[in-house]
Amino acid sequence: MNRRPVGALPTGLLVLGALYCLLPVSWVLISASKSPGELFTLGTLTPGTGLLENVRELDAYRDGVFWRWMLNSVVYAGGGALLSTLVSAVSGFALAKYRFPGRNLIFNVLIGGILVPSVVLAVPQYLLFSKLGMADTYWAVLLPQILHPYSIYLARVYASAAVPDSLLEAGRIDGASEGRLLWRVGLPLMVPGMVTIFLFQFVAIWNNFLLPFIMLGDDGKFPLTVGLYTLLAAGANQPSLYNLIITGALLSIIPLIALFLTMQRYWRTDLSGGAVKG
Amino acid sequence: MAGARGGAPRSAAPYLFLTPAIVLFTLFLAVPIGYTVYLALRRTRVSGLGLGRGSRREVFVGLDNLRAAVTDGELWAGWLRVLGYGLIVLVVMLGLALLFALLLDSAHVRLARFSRIAIFLPYAVPGVVASLMWGFLYLPSLTPLGGLEFLSPSALTYSMANVAVWGGTGFNMLVLYTNLRAIPRSYYEAARMDGASELAIALRVKIPILVPALILTMVFSIIATLQVFTEPTALRPFTNTISSTWSPLMKVYRDAFVTGDLYSAAATSLVIAAISLVLSFGFLRLVRGRAFGESR
Repeated sequence: MNRRPVGALPTGLLVLGALYCLLPVSWVLISASKSPGELFTLGTLTPGTGLLENVRELDAYRDGVFWRWMLNSVVYAGGGALLSTLVSAVSGFALAKYRFPGRNLIFNVLIGGILVPSVVLAVPQYLLFSKLGMADTYWAVLLPQILHPYSIYLARVYASAAVPDSLLEAGRIDGASEGRLLWRVGLPLMVPGMVTIFLFQFVAIWNNFLLPFIMLGDDGKFPLTVGLYTLLAAGANQPSLYNLIITGALLSIIPLIALFLTMQRYWRTDLSGGAVKG
Repeated sequence: MAGARGGAPRSAAPYLFLTPAIVLFTLFLAVPIGYTVYLALRRTRVSGLGLGRGSRREVFVGLDNLRAAVTDGELWAGWLRVLGYGLIVLVVMLGLALLFALLLDSAHVRLARFSRIAIFLPYAVPGVVASLMWGFLYLPSLTPLGGLEFLSPSALTYSMANVAVWGGTGFNMLVLYTNLRAIPRSYYEAARMDGASELAIALRVKIPILVPALILTMVFSIIATLQVFTEPTALRPFTNTISSTWSPLMKVYRDAFVTGDLYSAAATSLVIAAISLVLSFGFLRLVRGRAFGESR
């Protein structure tokens, strides 16, 4: 019973997996430091001397449109995730804490949305937005991404676990309105779960390509994903543009990786438990 | 008494709270789906020379578009490519996710924290950027893995699957790992006392407990791979072996925005939706007995 295995094989496998996952990121990190000449001549793992020059060149590219894309991504992902989290939390609270006719029907219909492939939605959403003259606007990318059925499901699970009925009852006896109970009792208790929902939605919107690709024509409104794609499509057969693309790729993943490393304890996929585990 | 079912007094509040979600659902889900069905049943007919006002009319054509979509050879070729790609992604990605989750959960690994963060990291990288990074790594002039033709027709499916595996393993690993951490340790102490090896505990105790989570991750992965669009689109600039209709969703995009045939695009997206639904429900049915048998 007591002879604990050495663990060399499991550790080795895990580290191998970790290296595989770090490979492209570290390649981009090293390559972004190379000047156009160095990219093809220096060894793969040898850092170059051109990082600042590359960033300066990217900054100058079409009057700094790259920073504009980054700002747009922040607006789409930040605004969209905030609204999405609020809508999900309020819906989850209602579904978890009230018994009312139609509750199961509403829940099942909303949740059914998980299974609807986004492809069926993106094209008609574009057509409907363009009929209203709203395609190629910030709204066209922001609005369709607010409703997120899976977040509603998570919020419901979290509200059941985190908001005790007795607190709501006590509030009602004191004469608080239902709206006040939601705002002052329900949502504050749901904050840890809401942070998790916000993070997942932020990443989902930040990483989304299809919807903004279809909706937007004006590159001043592009998020990073679409902007980088157009840069790539323009420069893939011009090796002189590689530096620009590689540096753009590096700069575009830094914000998310920072968010990811600083908010680690909120990256959970199971909201039914109480305290953060692990 | 506040009622035997322990709920709040009857009021309009829950409906009010659900209004935003219901409005958004209607505007951005129900209406677009309805519009897709409407478009799929119609087509433009040209009368006369097709010149002048009223010579182009939209008419109801019943199931013609759907029939065309189902029998379209180009689309079928796309389905076959996506099927091959999807099988590789599903097996390798979920296999690795399960392996890493079990390794992280076993007591005998070093560097567990580092590995967990590193493997989850690609989740923070957009699919476009992942394809772009791998695309450069696949280029013969830049790759550190010399001598391999990553973007040749025969290797393309694997190279593309690699991008998806790289991007998706970490998230699925986290889902499975979270489920493993929720199991009380005492659950397998008994097995350990009896001298069961870590491997035996993983196979006989942990994996069976993970079955519902595995099914969930599998259904979501099936839906995602059927709709693959970003990776082949973002890898296209690197090679001319990826056609503009490589995946069914790319064909929808081409029909809608390049050739301007909205009706075919609508019909094709309905076919994609139908196949996704049939596959995910079929899969759920197939495994339901096993997945939910013990928890109910």
